[in-house]
Amino acid sequence: MLPFATSEEGGSGEFHGPSLTDFFPPVILFEGTWFEINRIILIRLLVVAVLILLFWLATRRMKLVPGRGQSLAELALDFVRNNMVYDTLGKRDGKRFLPLLTTLFFLILAMNLTGIIPGINIAGSSVIGFPLFLALVSYVAFMYAGIKKHPGAFFKNSLFPSGVPWYLYIVVTPIEFVSTFVLRPITLALRLLMNMVAGHMLLVLCFSATQFFIFTAGGLWSLFSIGTFAFGLAFTLFELLVAVLQAYVFTLLSAVYIQLALAEEH
Amino acid sequence: MLQAIVTAATEESINPLLPAPYDIIWSAVAFVIILIFFWKYVLPRVQKLLDERGEAIEGNIAKADEAQRKAEAALEEYTAQLADARSEAGRIRETAREDGKKIVAEAKETATTEAARVTASAQAQIDAERQSALVSLRSEVGTLAIDLASGVIGESLTDDKKAAAVVDRFLADLEASEATAGGKK
Repeated sequence: MLPFATSEEGGSGEFHGPSLTDFFPPVILFEGTWFEINRIILIRLLVVAVLILLFWLATRRMKLVPGRGQSLAELALDFVRNNMVYDTLGKRDGKRFLPLLTTLFFLILAMNLTGIIPGINIAGSSVIGFPLFLALVSYVAFMYAGIKKHPGAFFKNSLFPSGVPWYLYIVVTPIEFVSTFVLRPITLALRLLMNMVAGHMLLVLCFSATQFFIFTAGGLWSLFSIGTFAFGLAFTLFELLVAVLQAYVFTLLSAVYIQLALAEEH
Repeated sequence: MLQAIVTAATEESINPLLPAPYDIIWSAVAFVIILIFFWKYVLPRVQKLLDERGEAIEGNIAKADEAQRKAEAALEEYTAQLADARSEAGRIRETAREDGKKIVAEAKETATTEAARVTASAQAQIDAERQSALVSLRSEVGTLAIDLASGVIGESLTDDKKAAAVVDRFLADLEASEATAGGKK
């Protein structure tokens, strides 16, 4: 179906490339129900536990003059609060949506980071359910914000922007409808998903090629492993950047959508 | 080989864009847990801390202002006191100088009066003594004259030798009487 969806079954002598099956590992618990748990779900639950543990430790005993852990947590929370939420939404509206947007940022960031943590090696956000659900949350959030602020006028404002001659609505309204109510959640979900999937593919490709050159091909071929390993390291750092960037973009866009919905005119 | 075919068949059916129910459900669970955690635990605590920190900073500023104000008030007071003290000292000095002048003037006056008094009393004594000397001299001269006259009358004064003897005798008597008078004194 897709070029990288290879079907090798990983014989010891063969090259084991990245595969889509990486994202659908065998079910571990509750097989056949809606609550199936596989490795990726376990990773997500682990992420939740670690997030709670970290922030609980950092904010357990808050002091006016912060210690190291508290400083870090404050720095991160402050970044989301001021640089993303308050700058976009202003202080009054920002306060209302702060819990939601903070959650989005840290949850996505933590889920993305599992992609480069040794031993986990796959992002909790690299299976469609997670990005899609968060995109829906963001979608509901901006619709809620708009409808609450302008009851009745929200859809009219969104679909029939003022200051446009009436006959242009024939063109503008479908475009507005598609871009606002269809493409926004889809692009949010797919951007995050594809970044994480592609990152995983790249890393697996680099490191499995390194493995192949050293242990299977042997001889002079091993020299190639230096290059592939270097690429692997470089892409690991790149994935770190992508993990932060995607969390940032997702959260910022959610904030911007809410801001647009709250604005008087479109 | 069969295994490989089966795997290939299942992979054919994988569509990475269609979510499985469990995928969505566990995503939702993770999201809701973290949302509640941040909403109800982390953010209120952070907000409370920020408020407290703001208050503390404002409190410190207010405290500093208060201290500044107090210091300024104290400085003003000290300055005022210093000025008071200076004018007080000046006044005291002035008074002292005037007192000094007065004392000197009084002393001078007293000295002058004393001197005048002493002079006057000395004058008076001299006058009195002169008076008394005059009186006593007059009486003594009278007596002497009478004595002398009687002596002259008693002797014959024709003879020069006799007259000289009378005078000598008179003078000797005078001396003797004076000596007795001096001895009496």
